[in-house]
Amino acid sequence: MSRLLPHPALSVAIFLVWIALNNASSTGHFILAFILAIGLPVLTQRFWPERPEKVKLLPAIRLFGIVLWDILLASIGVAKLVLGPLGKVKPAFVEVPLDMQDPFVGTLLASIVSLTPGTVSIDIDRSRWVLQVHALNVDDAETLIKSIKTRYEKPLKEIFSC
Amino acid sequence: MSIWVEYLISFLILVGAGFTLLGSIGLARLPDFFMRVHGPTKTTTLGVGAMVMASAIYFSVTGDGISLHEIVATVFLFITAPVSAHLLTKAALHIASRVSK
Repeated sequence: MSRLLPHPALSVAIFLVWIALNNASSTGHFILAFILAIGLPVLTQRFWPERPEKVKLLPAIRLFGIVLWDILLASIGVAKLVLGPLGKVKPAFVEVPLDMQDPFVGTLLASIVSLTPGTVSIDIDRSRWVLQVHALNVDDAETLIKSIKTRYEKPLKEIFSC
Repeated sequence: MSIWVEYLISFLILVGAGFTLLGSIGLARLPDFFMRVHGPTKTTTLGVGAMVMASAIYFSVTGDGISLHEIVATVFLFITAPVSAHLLTKAALHIASRVSK
């Protein structure tokens, strides 16, 4: 990218956050947001690691919807578990083998897994590219691994083409 | 403010409070550290999400102009909650926290 806009996505994000923080209240804030959106990425660009260049927008929006829906469904599931008899809860550590070797995308996947109730990601083993997950209730580890891979990992690979 | 908006706001606040309560119950009831982490991390996602939406609607309807702070709060929570959960569990793994059967 050009030197003026080293991270276009970051610039857009800063602009939107600043506008939202001020409730889009005055023209002055729009100008300030614009200055910050240009200035901050230039000042901080040396701190940013290499990242995937191309991002496909449509699959990203679809994945966002899937994650929100899963959060809703799984929250209700966890609520039932917490209120029900605890003897029935079967927690387990599960290892999900990853089909990608990108630290940034891997971190995104780990965050999604942590956000959806019932699973928390513990670590990404970068020597074997395995995501370690702790799940609150596992009936069948294979099903859980498959659902993480098809619901989240596949769309992520599509979005970042890696 | 119309009665339906009031119903919607009340519903969202109750859902948010309900899930926050469930998260706390989970924290108190579940037997080992790794299971307990599931309680609070989940509450932030749906519980706070619902309450923040209620706040955004209330101030958009009563105040002047739309209120957008709340959306930023949700975004920051969605970014930070997994990181803190991740660090807590990783630390627990390193000091070999007790895992109940």
